Amino acid sequence: MKPGMNPAVAPVAAPHATTANSVGRVMATVMTALLPATLCGFWLFGWPAIYLWIVTVGAAMLGEILCLRLGGRAARPALSDGSAILTGWLLALSLPPWAPWWIGVFGGLFATVMGKQVFGGLGQNLFNPAMAARVALLISFPVQMTAWVAPLPINAAAAPGIIEGLRITLGALSPALDNISSASLLGHVKTELSRGIDLLHLLTAGHAAADSLSGARAGSLGETAAWLIAAGGVLMLFLRIITWQIPIAMLAAVALPAALLHLVDPGRYLDAGSHLLSGGVMLGAFFIATDYVTSPNTPRGQLVFGAGCGLLTYVIRTWSGYPEGVAFAVLLMNSLTPIIDSSFRPRVYGRDRKGVALEPIK
Amino acid sequence: MGYFERIFKEPRWGVHPDDHKRPAADAALRLLPPPARVYMPLSQHVGGAARPIVLVGQQVHKGQLLAEAQGNISAPIHAPVSGKVSSIGEVTAPHASGLGFGAIVIDSDFADRWIDTDPVADPFSLSPEEITRRTAAAGVVGLGGATFPSALKFSLGKRLAVGTLIVNGGECEPYLSSDDRIMRDSADQVVDGVRIVMHAIGARVALVGIEDNKPEAIAAMRKAAAAYPEVRIRPVPSRYPMGSDKQLIQALTGKEVPADARAAEVGVLVHNVSTCAAVHQAVRLGRPLVERIVTVNGGAVARPGNIFVPLGTQVDELLAFCGLNEAPSRLILGGPMMGTLLAHGRVPLVKGVSGIIAFDAREAAVPRAGPCVRCGSCTKACPMGLLPLEMAAHIRSGDLAGAVDFSLTDCIACGCCAYVCPSHIPLVQYFSHAKGELAARERTRLRSEAAKRLAEARLIRLERESREKAEAAARRQAERKAAKALAAASASQAQAVVT
Repeated sequence: MKPGMNPAVAPVAAPHATTANSVGRVMATVMTALLPATLCGFWLFGWPAIYLWIVTVGAAMLGEILCLRLGGRAARPALSDGSAILTGWLLALSLPPWAPWWIGVFGGLFATVMGKQVFGGLGQNLFNPAMAARVALLISFPVQMTAWVAPLPINAAAAPGIIEGLRITLGALSPALDNISSASLLGHVKTELSRGIDLLHLLTAGHAAADSLSGARAGSLGETAAWLIAAGGVLMLFLRIITWQIPIAMLAAVALPAALLHLVDPGRYLDAGSHLLSGGVMLGAFFIATDYVTSPNTPRGQLVFGAGCGLLTYVIRTWSGYPEGVAFAVLLMNSLTPIIDSSFRPRVYGRDRKGVALEPIK
Repeated sequence: MGYFERIFKEPRWGVHPDDHKRPAADAALRLLPPPARVYMPLSQHVGGAARPIVLVGQQVHKGQLLAEAQGNISAPIHAPVSGKVSSIGEVTAPHASGLGFGAIVIDSDFADRWIDTDPVADPFSLSPEEITRRTAAAGVVGLGGATFPSALKFSLGKRLAVGTLIVNGGECEPYLSSDDRIMRDSADQVVDGVRIVMHAIGARVALVGIEDNKPEAIAAMRKAAAAYPEVRIRPVPSRYPMGSDKQLIQALTGKEVPADARAAEVGVLVHNVSTCAAVHQAVRLGRPLVERIVTVNGGAVARPGNIFVPLGTQVDELLAFCGLNEAPSRLILGGPMMGTLLAHGRVPLVKGVSGIIAFDAREAAVPRAGPCVRCGSCTKACPMGLLPLEMAAHIRSGDLAGAVDFSLTDCIACGCCAYVCPSHIPLVQYFSHAKGELAARERTRLRSEAAKRLAEARLIRLERESREKAEAAARRQAERKAAKALAAASASQAQAVVT
């Protein structure tokens, strides 16, 4: 008998067979889909990024264990489903790659303790834990959370080595950030626009899209390689881990207003391509907004949810004080999930959308 | 099926479990020798239990009427073997509860002597009513598992002028292949039965839906139906629960049966292929339903396959005939998706049993249930368009009305949701519990309403009685007064006369 199997608790009711799928397997598949973008992030941002990832995932697991212990529940089965690891992983990907260790620790603990376990554990939380933690970090530590570095491939001569990288993550070595610090595209655009410089002068042609292909640009640990993230997302679609509604609706809701306003005034509004490939939109559309627990699970509800995430992201990026808005947008839409779920139910067989029995047609 | 078909042509609902049908489905049909003793339950159908008409000690022939139908919805029971009625009493019902129910026990004389049957050379010369009568007398019920008396469905179809007969050869349950076997081996009988049923209900066409994982059955049925253009063989995608009436009707006709309505109201009637074969036996050969094909399958079975079995045979005897590799870790009556858990094999086979599954330890292992992660797998799988996770959440918190608001009553208990759940939550168990609880509440409500009505009627009666009593008393008093007055008056008159 496989571990975790217990015929004594077998239900009386049918079905007497069950899928080989499990929550752990789903989480493992999501992690596999995240791997290419993560490895790319490690390569681009070097050892500090690897250390930050380890610290963040570890802190998320620690938070989970602490809460389960406090609640008097066994930690092993809950940990083995991989959901805490995934939460920490997603949070790490959304952090500035050279952020100090305590950012990862605070964020990881916040994600599983305040974002998840406080609500009752797996399946009970209203908000996406990783995004809740990211927003908490952004509000609490705005300086560290916006300290971007230019990519410095791990094998580059100037890149920090194993020891040096560790010292950067531990905050012991304040890197000569001046010569490698950089602004993300969205941040740069926001700053310059506020200074009255328009985009036509600001951006040299092809700047954004070309860099986005390789991911070699300033940004969060795992967000720069937009195409690798999208590839992971397509893998999940293909394996039916997620459905197309949320990602497509979210990407469309970012792209459409962006394209429209860019057409109207290219000097003020960034083009759709830059919006889609910058910041957390790809990660958000495929990995964050599609979080099972905090998103609706009816097809029409998912369309509404995805569109809301995309539109809010665009609105926040364009007209708010923050250059990036994926985390805020997802959290705002998370709060609407219960309402969306009860408003957009699927049609029941033999009934119309309102739930009234159909008229018999011979 | 290619990837293109998988994405674009398959129904959006349902699940695709590993069907485990072969090698059992490919093994030749075997005959079970008549058992020494059979236990023929009086209730093998939806409706009232049959009423015994034989006496203990009486000799009976195979096919002889043992118990007659009783009430509007019921079916008679016939002797599956020839022999002597040894007792009439209670046996364990083939149900998870393990409760007892009435049965007639026959000790076989191993002669297998049939009664004198009344064959009909040309059933199509009979009136539809006569076919219905003969089907009813033969005790034919829905053999797909529903066990609704078939004759009653004929009458309903005739009354509502059903134009299309749907013949259910879907057999979507994994492990089972009894319908597959009957279509492969006796396609002519099945098609003849289909045509007899069409005659009985006045249907113009019959659509025989067979899942495309049964190519041999499809070929055999096509050959048998070649001469009858009104009988159309229609392969359907293998997707559980294709064999559910509502889903098969939708797949074959595009029609949806409205909620709370019967299929006949949209002009279709569904009968199982094995039922059609039984109708053929009943009408053309005059043989009542006393035997059927039962699939014996599962990892614990040494020689899985389909067995032709007299009804009333004990499950254990059938398992012994097929041999066991190990003691079954889980014994199921019917398929693994909707079948009934059996506590032991000392229960009789009844008309609606299409299979016995004996799981080995590996198949029977049930993963521990975890928390719902709201992945929506159940929503995608539900063939009725329900939200199983929401219903279960409401039931868990005791809010049955909330579950009903999420259309709990439309649930067909097919088990797709519980099958696909990655957290292995026994969703059907939640729904069965809630439905049972709601039914119990409804009964209590009806009872208390009836009690209230009675109490009110009593109050009114008591009031009326006391009022009548008072009125009677007043009347008597008035009469007495009047009589007194009269007496006084006559006395004074007499006095006056005297004076």
